[in-house]
Amino acid sequence: MRLRVLYFAWLRERIGAAQEELETSAATLADLVTELRGRSDGHALAFADLKGLRAAIDQELVSFDAALGDAREVAFFPPMTGG
Amino acid sequence: MPERRPEHERVRVQAAAFDPGQEVSAFTAALSASGAVVSFTGLVRDGATPLTAMEIEHYPGMTERAIAAMVADAMARFGLEDARVIHRYGRLSLRDPIMMVATAARHRADAFAAAEFLMDYLKSRAPFWKKEITADGAAWVAARDQDEDALRRW
Repeated sequence: MRLRVLYFAWLRERIGAAQEELETSAATLADLVTELRGRSDGHALAFADLKGLRAAIDQELVSFDAALGDAREVAFFPPMTGG
Repeated sequence: MPERRPEHERVRVQAAAFDPGQEVSAFTAALSASGAVVSFTGLVRDGATPLTAMEIEHYPGMTERAIAAMVADAMARFGLEDARVIHRYGRLSLRDPIMMVATAARHRADAFAAAEFLMDYLKSRAPFWKKEITADGAAWVAARDQDEDALRRW
């Protein structure tokens, strides 16, 4: 499955990219994170602790056990600080 | 029944500055059934170290969707006639308005509650990330547990 992965805030800075396109067979977000950790030291550092992270599939906030299904866009980011 | 405006017209996510007074006037002028308007404006303020600027990053697309969903929820829960959310992104200066919320209802209790509801959700559920730029460097603002806890009351 072809996927666009987006990163925001300090996650983007640690990984050194705002987005990447990749091919994956991951079934869930957690599986995808395991794959992403192997891509670079920056990825491994960014995804070291999932407790401090949030994720969205196709622009809807989800938990890390969510199935990827036919997702086209996945985003990872720290807790939001709007308002 | 008051005229229902599509949710996307109630939400503006923009880099440009806005004038909160002008926005509230325009919002108020278009109402027909409300007896109460509540507005809140959030400003860039200093932290422990004097601020040079604030940078706000957002997730284009998801931001608008997430806020439109909050506004639809607030309209239904509090029986609002109308609501407005404006939120800036990009580089802001000290004392610049960052965002504003306006709500209109028949009575003030609903207008106040809806504004607080929207503020609580904007803080923790709208994909914005603030970065403070000071003479010491730049630092991402950390989310506070109390902001997450605030959602439980709704």
